[in-house]
Amino acid sequence: MTDSLKRVSEQIDRGAVERVAKLARLELSDAELDEATTRLAGMMAHFADIDALDLDDVEPMTQPYELVNVLRDDVPLETLDHDEVLAAAPDASDGRFGVPPILGLDL
Amino acid sequence: MSDSATWTHEGFEMVVGLEVHVELATETKLFSGSPNRFGDDPNTNIDPVSLGLPGALPVLNRQAVELAMRIGLALNCTVQSCTFARKNYFYPDMPKAYQISQYDRPLNIDGHLEIADGIVIGVERAHLEEDTGKSTHIGGSGRIHGSEGSLIDFNRAGVPLVEIVSRPDIRTPEQARQYVNELRAILVEIGASDARMEEGSMRVDANVSVRRPGEEFGTRCEIKNVNSVRSLGRAIDYEARRQVALISDSEVIQQETRHWDEGDGRTHTLRTKEDADDYRYFPDPDLVPLDPGDEWINTVRSQLPMLPAARRVRLAEVTGQAVDSEAIATVVERRQDDYVVAVAEIGGGAERVLVHVKEAFSEQGSEPSVPAADLAALVAMEVGGELTSTQTKTLLGDLVEQGGGDPKAMAAARGFEAMDTSELDGFVDDAIAADPDAWSKFCAGDGKAMGALVGHVMKASRGQADGKAVTAILNSRKG
Amino acid sequence: MSTFQSARSIAASVSTGESSAVDIVSEHLARIEEREEEVHAFNLVLHDEALQSAERVDERIAAGEHVGPLAGVPIALKDNLCTRGIPTTCSSNILDGWRPPYDATVVARLADAGAVFVGKTNLDEFAMGSSTENSAFGPTRNPLDTSRVPGGSSGGSAAAVAAGFSAMSLGSDTGGSIRQPAALCGVVGVKPTYGAVSRLGLIAFASSLDQIGPFTHDVADAALLLECMAGHDPGDSTSIPQSFPSLSESLDRGVAGLRIGRIVDLPSGADADVVASVDRAFEVLADAGAEIIDVTIPAFTYGLTAYYLIAPAEASSNLARYDGVRFGSRVEAADTNSMYMATRGEGFGPEVKRRIMLGTYALSAGYYDAYYGKALKVRRLMAQDFATAYESVDALVTPASPSVAFPFGSKTSDPLAMYLCDTYTIPSNLIGHPAMSVPFGAGENDLPIGVQVLAPAMGEPTMFAVAAELERSAGGNHV
Repeated sequence: MTDSLKRVSEQIDRGAVERVAKLARLELSDAELDEATTRLAGMMAHFADIDALDLDDVEPMTQPYELVNVLRDDVPLETLDHDEVLAAAPDASDGRFGVPPILGLDL
Repeated sequence: MSDSATWTHEGFEMVVGLEVHVELATETKLFSGSPNRFGDDPNTNIDPVSLGLPGALPVLNRQAVELAMRIGLALNCTVQSCTFARKNYFYPDMPKAYQISQYDRPLNIDGHLEIADGIVIGVERAHLEEDTGKSTHIGGSGRIHGSEGSLIDFNRAGVPLVEIVSRPDIRTPEQARQYVNELRAILVEIGASDARMEEGSMRVDANVSVRRPGEEFGTRCEIKNVNSVRSLGRAIDYEARRQVALISDSEVIQQETRHWDEGDGRTHTLRTKEDADDYRYFPDPDLVPLDPGDEWINTVRSQLPMLPAARRVRLAEVTGQAVDSEAIATVVERRQDDYVVAVAEIGGGAERVLVHVKEAFSEQGSEPSVPAADLAALVAMEVGGELTSTQTKTLLGDLVEQGGGDPKAMAAARGFEAMDTSELDGFVDDAIAADPDAWSKFCAGDGKAMGALVGHVMKASRGQADGKAVTAILNSRKG
Repeated sequence: MSTFQSARSIAASVSTGESSAVDIVSEHLARIEEREEEVHAFNLVLHDEALQSAERVDERIAAGEHVGPLAGVPIALKDNLCTRGIPTTCSSNILDGWRPPYDATVVARLADAGAVFVGKTNLDEFAMGSSTENSAFGPTRNPLDTSRVPGGSSGGSAAAVAAGFSAMSLGSDTGGSIRQPAALCGVVGVKPTYGAVSRLGLIAFASSLDQIGPFTHDVADAALLLECMAGHDPGDSTSIPQSFPSLSESLDRGVAGLRIGRIVDLPSGADADVVASVDRAFEVLADAGAEIIDVTIPAFTYGLTAYYLIAPAEASSNLARYDGVRFGSRVEAADTNSMYMATRGEGFGPEVKRRIMLGTYALSAGYYDAYYGKALKVRRLMAQDFATAYESVDALVTPASPSVAFPFGSKTSDPLAMYLCDTYTIPSNLIGHPAMSVPFGAGENDLPIGVQVLAPAMGEPTMFAVAAELERSAGGNHV
């Protein structure tokens, strides 16, 4: 394992995992956090194989079939049925989707 | 005239950059075919993409690209091949929990906008992104703080936006206001947006920091919730002063986002940098790159209309007025400059045309109902001395009300005839005879006494006498 | 190998009126009735709906209408395909009971072709897994040996065809999720060229890797189903604009003159019986007139790493929309953020959470270049290596799964062991090439082995020619 990856896998401590869980809005129990820490660290170690590759001159490939300029005309298409959509809402009121107070998002 | 010259406070100057979000005037949304329409019942202009439903896929709107290119070219940007990125964060009005925007390679880069006094504000980029839905907060007097919950309407989710990011070249509140006003005028002129701050189709956030001139840039704060151009100036001024006060107290400026409160005239902390999300930008795998190409770019460029700055220059040249005069600015803003130029071309004093249009045509649109030839004829009569200024104003009102007419005939109908000098002399004789007291006072140097004499003449002539001519006669008689 | 009636045969006899769709569908429903409790291929059996659909097919045929090339064919749909008004769960608690308000494009196309949908099949939750043990609703059992897994993530769809519950089924393949279960269940499974089949309405796992594809009794049925589904969809920006090649001529073409590659630096790890099957496949193809050529694909071995960075990264973003706001399950809480945390913490299973965290980490600030960014480059490298190989060969043959069906629980304690199931299938997803698994030989306990055929993008005709030849030699059943 290269030095840089070793440093990184050492960085996968529980604190890092907690931050990641928070970013991903996943509430995890202590047991889940412990297990995730072990797992993530293990996976990172496994990625050592590409860490060693020199890929400076290689262009990233975001899509396997490289299309360009896929556009749509500015004409209205069928919209969804309002009632059908709201019927699927966990909480709907007044034709809108209800959520609990937004404060608490640390925004 | 502008007072944009300088802003300093205790030896500090302000450094301001503006981020302006503009809703594009397309028929449909950026990545889906739902109508881009304001004011419909909640959650009726929706589709799987706008709602972020499982399995939904985005497809880019060609007209949104066209309008975004117009904006870039009108701001002197380079238009380039570009990609779309996902900006990942959680918020109830974000249906996918990511916003499709542009990050590494935006559509437009490296432009500029000239404001008054030859000041040029750099434009770093102008890129496409999708709008969010709208939340209404229940309870808590409509604000998030203290609310019982929120209701979300996704009609606006997915509406195309262009985000225009200026460089931090703005140094005074007035410059900021001018930048926004000029930007707005351009956006309206090119048909990209109606750009109304009060309606939310143009939103302005300000990044403000302070420094002693010549020093490094200071820590900046982002100011949100500025809802008018006037508020923008006030908010920037307040924020800069706030930062200067902190520095003077040897305190550290926190890099944060602050909320402008129009009510108390202050900015308040909204969120700090530590709370800020890591957006984890990465190229959106559901969308392919956009490469407009020279042909499309050149077509858009060639179809751009004359922009407001160029219009002001042209109107100034035609009318001989200062390019930054209020009359020029007003008439161009109303998009009546083409009309003024047309009237001036027919004949008649261009300067007078400008004045009349500015004063009488505020209710007219960009295509006034008064035929150019009619107004030209009226002005010709005025300039030729056939009508007094009062008479001209009256007839102007008639023209506007009737949507045109023949000024000569209208003048005759109203009995407006130019009075010759001997008639005027006669009226002046009568006035002196009627009020010898006023005459002697006037001769002794009391200018106010003239008013009584002129009034006498006007009454006797039933308003037909030209006040200037009467004054001239009185002065020459005085000796 | 299959004793069940082929879809071609069903469609032909239903179209002529020789058989009734109702009888065919009833026959399949009866098999479901008999063994579904044991196999658990379905999350939802569409018993009444299927019979009604079949009735309508028969009515239309009686009225002289042309129903389509899949007239009356019972088809099962993986439960990550949106079916309007019919629960679509991705085998996850977070979507339990959700009814999409729209149909996936492939669903609409198959319905137009006269297909009858018999149910929504079980999968690893959100398509993440290789055994269907990650389903929130219990695993599916391999119909050939119910103590063993059917493979995953499309285990239910593979089992449905293997057990004769449906004549065909749809799965999705992101890292091997069609080909591996096809191999383990002894049926044909195809992952088409990326972009050949519309992803609109496929609930996304990893957008640049996902493809929908067929499970069938034989190669000719797979060709038929693919032809019905493939082709440009303007609603999917990644959909290939060119028309999909016709496949029927390829089925009897044989392999004479074709160059077929053996990858000499293929990662080891396949069981001996699997290796033996693949070796025999090469012999058979050589006997049939193909030229077997050794090639090297050095980047092949990095596929797993690149995949386990790219797929979770995209998934972490694609699954962020499951937030309890607009659809699906919700855990109530005092504020929105807590609601997100609790809803997602409870609604997602452990493997899904693991991959979301891995992906989030790979994209997060400071790590992008080292992980996700680098993986995207490995992908390019792999594409280049395959392109080089395809300069000297027309197709490649490898194992599909490294082993035959394994017992429940045998790989769940070590996720890496599970991930290795995808060793041979992953590269095709990364570079968007087509690949398919054909039953060829048997291993321990007479469990089926699948041989994988790979071809360049849009190379399905060649791929099907090779697969058909293998099937002929394996004694494949064309009914």
